[in-house]
Parts: sequence; structure tokens; C-alpha cells
Amino acid sequence: MGFFVAQLLTGLANAAALFLVASGLSLIFGVTRIVNFAHGSLYMLGAYFGITLMNILPGAFGFWGSIVLSGLIVGLIGVIIEMFVLRPVYRAPELFQLVATFGVILVIQDLALLIWGAEDQLGPRAPGLKSVVRILGEPVPQYDLALIAITPFILLGLWWLIAKTRIGILVRAATQDREMVGALGVNQSWLFTGVFFLGSALAGLGGAIQLPKGGADLLMDLNIISAVFVVVVIGGMGSIPGAFVASVLISVLNVFGVSYIPQSTLVLMYVVMAVVLLIRPYGLFGREEKAGEHGQVGEPDRPIRPAGLVGRSFVAVLLIGLAAVPFLFSNFSQVLITDIIIACLFAASLQFILSTGGLVSFGHAAYFGGGAYAAALLVSYTETPMELAFLFAPLAAGLLAIVFGWFCIRLSGVYFAMLTLAFSQLIWSLVFQWYDLTGGDDGLVNIWPSEWLSGTTTYYYFTLIVGVGGIILLRHLNHAPLGYTLRATRDSARQAEATGINVNVVQWTAFAVAGALAGLAGGLFVFSKGSIFPNELEIGKSFDALIVVFLGGVKTLSGGVVGAAFMETIKDWLTRLEYWRLILGLVIIGVVIIAPDGIVGSLRKVSEKIGLRRTEEFMK
Amino acid sequence: MKQIKTLVAAATALLSVTGSSLAADTIKIGEINHYKRLAAFAEPYKKGIELAVEEINSDGGVLGKPLEFIFRDDNGKPGEAIKIAEELMTRDGAVMLTGTILSNIGLAISSMAAEKGYIYLAAEPLADALVWQSGNPYTFRLRTSTYVQAAMLAEEAAKTDAIRYATIAPNYAYGTAAVEAFKTNLKKLKPEVEFVAEQWPALFKIDAGAEVQALEAAKPDAIYNVTFGTDLQKLVRDGTTRGLFEGRKVYGLLTGEPEYLDPLADEAPEGWFVTGYPWYGFESGPEKEFVDAYMAAFPDETPKIGSLVGYMTAKSIAALITKAGSTETDALLEAFKGLKVDTPMGEISYRELDHQSTMGAYVGTTAVKDGKGVMVDWEYKAPGDYMPSEEEIKAMRPAE
Repeated sequence: MGFFVAQLLTGLANAAALFLVASGLSLIFGVTRIVNFAHGSLYMLGAYFGITLMNILPGAFGFWGSIVLSGLIVGLIGVIIEMFVLRPVYRAPELFQLVATFGVILVIQDLALLIWGAEDQLGPRAPGLKSVVRILGEPVPQYDLALIAITPFILLGLWWLIAKTRIGILVRAATQDREMVGALGVNQSWLFTGVFFLGSALAGLGGAIQLPKGGADLLMDLNIISAVFVVVVIGGMGSIPGAFVASVLISVLNVFGVSYIPQSTLVLMYVVMAVVLLIRPYGLFGREEKAGEHGQVGEPDRPIRPAGLVGRSFVAVLLIGLAAVPFLFSNFSQVLITDIIIACLFAASLQFILSTGGLVSFGHAAYFGGGAYAAALLVSYTETPMELAFLFAPLAAGLLAIVFGWFCIRLSGVYFAMLTLAFSQLIWSLVFQWYDLTGGDDGLVNIWPSEWLSGTTTYYYFTLIVGVGGIILLRHLNHAPLGYTLRATRDSARQAEATGINVNVVQWTAFAVAGALAGLAGGLFVFSKGSIFPNELEIGKSFDALIVVFLGGVKTLSGGVVGAAFMETIKDWLTRLEYWRLILGLVIIGVVIIAPDGIVGSLRKVSEKIGLRRTEEFMK
Repeated sequence: MKQIKTLVAAATALLSVTGSSLAADTIKIGEINHYKRLAAFAEPYKKGIELAVEEINSDGGVLGKPLEFIFRDDNGKPGEAIKIAEELMTRDGAVMLTGTILSNIGLAISSMAAEKGYIYLAAEPLADALVWQSGNPYTFRLRTSTYVQAAMLAEEAAKTDAIRYATIAPNYAYGTAAVEAFKTNLKKLKPEVEFVAEQWPALFKIDAGAEVQALEAAKPDAIYNVTFGTDLQKLVRDGTTRGLFEGRKVYGLLTGEPEYLDPLADEAPEGWFVTGYPWYGFESGPEKEFVDAYMAAFPDETPKIGSLVGYMTAKSIAALITKAGSTETDALLEAFKGLKVDTPMGEISYRELDHQSTMGAYVGTTAVKDGKGVMVDWEYKAPGDYMPSEEEIKAMRPAE
């Protein structure tokens, strides 16, 4: 009994920091609809500022004062981010802002390294709360009890702010319908800035308050972000009580998981998330997205048409150019272009469901990595010839997409995104923790192509044919009936349904096709690298693809491919430099601000303006 | 259209990367590491290399040419590392590859090295699979084998009357292997021991309170710890607060390494038996000379085990090229057989059997002195007696 209670208390104490960070993210999302990837970075900053301040300010007053101050400082940093990075891009296509927040992550990572150095820092202990209290004979740290006591007050304070004050009323109104709030004369910019301050301050507070239980290190930003997403999704996007209940649920489950299934702690969290989403698609306390959001947000898409003669000859010339690369350039150029083509195919496959289908997947890496692992497992365990294993990659990824897609397409919008994320994290944690089958973190190695394909140049041509073939196939599908019906379901599911289109089947098919082609990219990847590791299934890999699609231009056909080529290329340049993450982050933020329609979208607009391109009929 | 744009981008990429590096009067070594992802471990390592390279070059370099390391960051991604490795070897003119701390990246580069015929000296990866289960003719490894370090701790553990053991290790390949090695060796020495609890926190995501409670609930006589970095900090703090370590012997793999002990400062655990690097305890000889040289070169720093490994990596490579008398792969491979290198730890050699170096480990007991965690009563142990037998290793290594 004592043990049980003590475990429960540990879980409750762990929930404190998680709740603070998650409620901040949830609040920001609820009002601004921005999925703030950089929220973990704000948490990390809170921890670093907390340590720095605690070293200066003495005593108990200094300790608690530092926590509050760190929250305020991080809140102000949030305001800076909102005003200078996000505000210029509010008019961009929905979710575009997440690209900017990705840039912010990179900038903060390098700045933190510059300022605080590489060494992990242990958090100071809370003065006066250094020992334990015996509860039913079990030792419980005093600081844990303090955290358990503080959290409800913060929850209460937030509740009061949201439910009882004028600001809260505006925030709630904006959560439900921000256009209406704007129409009623509320200055949205300042409302957004204020919410960003509050959300960021909560993250900073979370970082500082966990210091006595841990410390500050440079990996904590990415380490917490997936758990925070899980909490926000389970609780319901935008719901503060939801974030509280979900962080308690996850933390307590985790504590019991540690005792009873110590090797599967990662899997547990994502299983819970997937189950909750299947039963309650909008999370425990979330509200269904209102049906009012009919059609597309922002500027309508251009009609698509096949490339003209000029475009086609251009492609032909450049393909010939690519084919000539092995004769003109070094070995490494081929390796680099192989990588670029694989990234382009992966991005193109995401773009197919994202742009054409309007289905934002946050878990596309599951199919890339899934395909790669499928091939690698076949080679490792059954010694299947490479050619067969390679074909198996898109097949397996497609099957996986069919299974997951069946669940996911029942949801829409951000909840669709979150369920795809849950499934991909589930696959990742399975691969990571099923050591006997997948080798866990040590991955599967020695997965090389057959003799006849093994030369760099031969494999380069192979990738060129398969990769470009895949990209052309996807482009062709856009012009085929599948693409047309898919766009119809995106623009108006109701009207599409009324004209006799089976929306679910169309979306499901598109999801499977995108999965299969991501798997194809994964197959190309695994045989070019000779090994596969769980990081190809990680959240970060999915986000890489998302970011390049947005960066290239979500409302274009070629955005993903261009974005991926751009990203891979500048990464290849920049990683030679000492502070490459800082520069890359700034480049991304710069591109986002200069070209809010993405690279291709903005180029198109410019060429329309200066008369290089015909403007579309509907825009006149 | 989209293909066009890809190609434009790709072509631009090409033009820029083909600007060649023709200044070929140095001998170049390709060094790949996670300088950003694991800055805390990679930076001291890099400094160790820099120190060694400076010494080597001020003595006239190797084969009459200066030695040059090209440092590249892989951001902790194996796929990226493979690409960079290829670039280092085919475009930058590196004669061999070295580096990596993360085992998975080490394994990825090792597999690639065998496929393409590049020589790879795995400097720091912890996974023994590099030289055993996944060993190949082109891969060599410097860092002390995990198996050996676990066996050293097991030897000490067997001397006590503790019977019930609990283990805690990060839940990935290195953790699993480290626990396995400890169990095997301890059971061999003392068959009556029992393992009553095994905890597996996810790497760098430990829930210390819960782990400590689970360990405590098993009521072990002794604990074997493999966690490191921030996981270790949290475990120590929570464990100390809750009295987990009172009256229990604790055996800590790598816990004594300054990378992990330093951040704990005066909260460093006392009385743990650990492997580590007690640089502050050296009084004379090459170990002391290295420490002095390092602190002279980097006045704001104290050496870490990574610094030593970096230094020994560069020295090994210099010795290798000097012995080979050439930078051709075949000559280097030949020279690596039984290569002897003078290092701060004394002379080590690279075993013909499995390409593992004979770098040993310092073992000792932790204590707190002047507000800092240190190792006391330490000694240096050579790995010879702790290795698996030749037959066992041959059985593990794939046939060449």
C-alpha cells in the first residue's frame, strides 16, 4: 500500500513540469493555431535561466524568485519570437508557421551552447526542501510534495484567468472563432502576443521548476517535446484542464510502467495516446473542430495543368544533365545527389496527401522508415536477394499506410495529424525497444545492394531512375482522376460526397499511395547507406519532410521537391561551419518571412507580377 | 516543373561542391562526430585530438608531412555520417576515417567502411559489436571494451557477500550489453548471486523517482549502474534523497569518468566502485605529462576521458601511418596488425584477433573532496585478463 501511494505521489510530482509546458503549448495552439515546435526550446531556456539566476540570488527567496523570473524572461523571449518571426507569416497557409518555429529551435540550440557551454548542469536543490518525508513508511522527497501542492494552484490560477477575466473571455472567444473575435474589433495581434507570452512563460516556469529534480542540458528541448505533444493531444488541443489530466495520467502511468514493464516505457505512452484518440478523437477535453471551416484557408489554389512545352524541354535537358553527372563530376557529387533525390521523393510523397489531399500528416516517417526497415529485416533474417527486398519496401510501407490510414482518415485537421503522429511514434518506439528483432538503437547493418548495383555510379543511376520515376508518377497522379477527386475532397468534403465521391475511400487510397512511395524512398535510402536506425522513424524525420514541403510551397505541385533539394543542399554547405545550426535556423526564418508562399509559390507570384507568367483567370 | 527545379538546385549544389581542394601536402584524416548533438562529450575529444596533432606536427609530422584532421559534424544521424564519410574519402582526400561516440553511428560507418574498403578507427563507441558480432576487416576500435570494464566491476563485486543484485541501465544496445557482461562475469565468479530487478530507463529520459522506487522495492544487496550523463545525475540525486544507496554497494560503469562525475559536484555519490579517469591523482609518468600538457594547452579546462581518447586516437593514427610508411589502404591494413602505440596509459596495441586495442581502464572508489567528485584508491587495469577467450571471440566475429 505504502509503495503504491509513494508511486502515485512520484507520478503526481512528475506531472508538474509536464503540465506547465503542455498547458502553454495547448494555450498557444488553441488561440493562434500555431503548432509551436519550439516549445521544448523555451522549456530548456527556462531551465538555463533558472540555474543562472539561482546561482546569483541566495536563499529560499532567491530560489523561488528565480523560478518566477525565469518564467517572465522566457515569456518575453516568446514575445520576441511572436513579434519578429511569427507575426510576419500569419497570413501564410495554415500550419506554415511551424516551419518558422523549427528555425527557432535551431537558433536557440546554438545560442544555448554559446552562452552556457556544453557541459550538463545539475540543478540546485530547493532550500529547506532537501530531505524526505516518510509516508506510510516510504520516503517521499519534500520537493515532490511541494510540486504536488503548487500545481493545483497554477491550474486554478490559469482557470481563473481564462474563466473569470476579460482577457480570458477574449482568449476563449479566439479559441472558438478567431475571425469573429477580429470582426468584433478585438486587436488580434496583441491578443496573440499576449497568449504567446503566457504560453512561453509557462514553458519557462516548467523548465525552472524541474531543476531540483534534474538540471539543464542541451538535449532537453527535443527530449520533452514528444511527451508534451502526447499530453496536449490526449487532453485535447486548447484545453488547460485537459492538459492537467493528461499530464497526470501519463506521468502516473509512466511510474507504474517503470515498475511493471521496465523495458517498454516508451511504447506505453504512445499506446495510450493512440487508444485515447481512437475512442475520443478530440482528446479527453477537446472540442470537435467546428464544421465552419469550409474550403481552404487563405488564397485559393491555382488550377493545375500539365507542364507546357517549355517546361517539358527544361525537364528533359536537366534530366540529361543529371544523367551526365558521373562523367563530369566527382564520386561524391553522385552520393550527394542520391541523397537529394531520396529526400525529394520522400517530400513529394508527403506533398501528395498534404497539398493535394489537404491531409496534414505529422507521422510520414513511419512509412519511409517502415519501408526501409521492412527491406532491411528481410535481408537480415531471410537473406532475401536485394532486388526482392527492395520491392518489398514500398509494398510493406503501403500496407502499413493502409492499416493506419483506416483509422486516421476518420479524423480531420489537426486531429488527423496527431493520430498519424501517434502511430508513427508507436512504430518508432516498437522498433527502438524491440531489441531482439530490430537491434534497437544499434539498428540493422550490412544491408548493401546486390553486386551489379553496388558501385556508386550504378546506384546513382538506379536512384535517378526510380526516384525521378516516383516523382513523375506522383505528379501524374495529380492529373489523373485520383488527383482530381482527392482535391475535391480537400476543397469540400461535403460537396464531394454529394457528387457521389466516396471521400473516405479516396483519401484512404491517397494515404496508401503516399505511404508506398515514402517506402520506396526508404528502400532507396537503406541500400544507399547500408544500414538503418530508428532515427529514420523519429518525429524529427517526419518534421523534416513537413518543413521542406512548406518551405517549397504547399500550394504548388513541385514545392516538396524544390524544398527538399534546397534544404539538403544548404545543409550540405552549412554543416561544415561551426555554428551551422544558428545559420540554418536564421536562413529558414529568413526564407519563411521573405517567401510566405514557399519558394515555388513566391517565385510564381513574382513572375506573375513582372509578367513572366500569365495570371490566372480567377485572380483578375 | 518540379523536376526542373530539383535539377536546378542539384546542379547549383554540384557547382559549389566541386570546387576542389588541391592543397595536398598534408595527410588528411576524416573525423566524424556529433559535435553539436553531444557537445558535452565531443568537445573534450576534439581538444585531445588537437593537442596530439600539434605535438605530432611540431615533431615533423608523419612521413615528412603534417597530419591534418578534417572535423565534420553529423548531427547525430547515421545517414548523414555515411554521406560525410563518402565525401571525406572521395573528395577531401582523407586516407582513413575515425571518430563517433554513438554506437549506432559507429556501426553504420563500420559497415560502410567494409563495403567500400575504407579504414575506420572507431574512437569512442561503446558497443563491442563493432569488433565482435559485427566486426569486419576494415574496422578497428580504440576505446576500452565495455565487456572488459563490466568484468572488472564484476570481479570486485564477487569479493563481497552481496547476493541480491539490481541493475539499472539505459534501454538501448549499450546498456543491454553492459548488463549482460556484468551478469555473465559475476555468475561465473559467484554462481549463487541473484538478479532481483532490472530497470531500463530510456536513454536521457529517466524518470528517476520511479526508478529509485522500483529498485528500492526489490530490496537488493547491491546495485549495478550503467546510466550516465543527465540520467546519472537524476538517479544519484533522487537515490540519495530517498536513501537508496545507504548500506548498499554500488558498481558504476563509466560513473568515474569526469564527463559524468564533474557535473555532480559535491553531490557525487560516495563509496561507489567505478571505472573512470582519475587524472587528478597522477603523480608522474606519461599519464601526468598528458594531463599537464592538456591543461597548459587549454587553461580553462580539466581533461576528460574523451580528451584522452581523442589524444590516443591521433597518436594511434600517427603511429599507424609511420609504421605503414605509406597512406595506401593495403599498407595501412597490414600495419594495423599488432600495431603498438605509446600513449599516456602506457603502450597499447591493436590485437590481430579482433582489431580491439588493449586500452585498459582505471577502477576505483568514488569520494567527495573539496566539493568535487573524485576517484580514490584507484588502479589501472590492463584488459588482457578480462577479455572473452580467443575461441569465444572467433565464434562471435563473422568469418572473413
